Amino acid sequence: MSSDSATRITPGNALRPEDIVAAGNKAPADVAEYALRLGDDSLILAQRLGWWISRAPELEEDVALGNIALDLLGHARSFLSYAGSASSRTEDDLAYWRREGEFRSAHLFEQPNGDFGRTIARQLVVSFYQYELYTALMSSTDSTLAAIAAKAVKEVDYHRDHSAQWVLRLAGGTEESRRRITRALELTWPYAGELFEDDELAVSLAAAGAAVLPSSLRERFDAGVGAVLSEAELEVPQVPAAPGGGRRGRHSEHLGYLLAEMQVLAREHPGASW
Amino acid sequence: MVSGSTTGDDGSKPAGTQTSAEPETAAGAAALGSAWPLWEVFVRSSRGLSHVHAGSLHAPDAQMAVRNARDLYTRRNEGVSLWVVPASAIVASDPDAKGQFFESPQGKDYRHATYYTKSEGVKHL
Repeated sequence: MSSDSATRITPGNALRPEDIVAAGNKAPADVAEYALRLGDDSLILAQRLGWWISRAPELEEDVALGNIALDLLGHARSFLSYAGSASSRTEDDLAYWRREGEFRSAHLFEQPNGDFGRTIARQLVVSFYQYELYTALMSSTDSTLAAIAAKAVKEVDYHRDHSAQWVLRLAGGTEESRRRITRALELTWPYAGELFEDDELAVSLAAAGAAVLPSSLRERFDAGVGAVLSEAELEVPQVPAAPGGGRRGRHSEHLGYLLAEMQVLAREHPGASW
Repeated sequence: MVSGSTTGDDGSKPAGTQTSAEPETAAGAAALGSAWPLWEVFVRSSRGLSHVHAGSLHAPDAQMAVRNARDLYTRRNEGVSLWVVPASAIVASDPDAKGQFFESPQGKDYRHATYYTKSEGVKHL
């Protein structure tokens, strides 16, 4: 390969979903359920973000959001591959052949894209949450979860920067952009609470050192997001929390439509490849 | 995804759906992609090499330009360092003045070291 080219292409090496399958580690049932939650969060958001391609304010932003979607899809593939190892199912079995009630994503991830401001507000909450989550998960006693987190955290760090940069620009842009990002934050905030809710599974896995206790992330999340909002001279929204239930398979009306679109090809043409 | 079922619930439309060909306001111009300035991108592919011009992009400001450059020009592990320069800051030679600018050295072999024969007795040359 020519050494003076600006477009030298090397694949690099990093953990891939295929490596997780090849390693053959079988996840314990409770760890698999936990991995399913994290995988579903990223999968659903990746599907949501993909919609922006060709619709963002500029071509450059199409690519930025598309890149983030692909990063998230990569994390989802790793988590789902590992989750499926407990029940001899593949990542595709889990993504395409589960019904709505079997998905374990939190409600925030299935929220509609809305306008660009709402997508950015959702990205802000998600990226700061995932950054704290994966940072902590790198110390998991489960080596596969720790390895996935170590790869994901660098990418999520960039997602954090992307959302923060846009919040600053929308807040400091025009009167209209500030109105929209303010409203977007109010509409998004009710769904943040669910991310930090502990339940039996999270508590027992966290006690064993395999998982991260969701409530333990709240303080650092608030500090991180608070710093961005403060720089943007925006208030942290004071709005009541929305009812959650995603971790138990109870979803809003939005998820069904999203899944119909995401799963239709695999279900119309089972086993199709291209 | 092809359907519009996931469109925003607040009635806002993405920029691409705008039909007006003549933007009348600054916002309209931005939506049609003519308001963000152009930036030239230079990528250093590895330590020890120079930054090489890779292409250009639109961005609202310098910070976003670096980020857009990262997304557009280093997706396949191409770089270890990026420069972005406002395209307006680049002063270029005039393409119509190629003759007077670039043809003069032609035929002037004596400007190359290889033109000269080595003198006898000179070592290390």
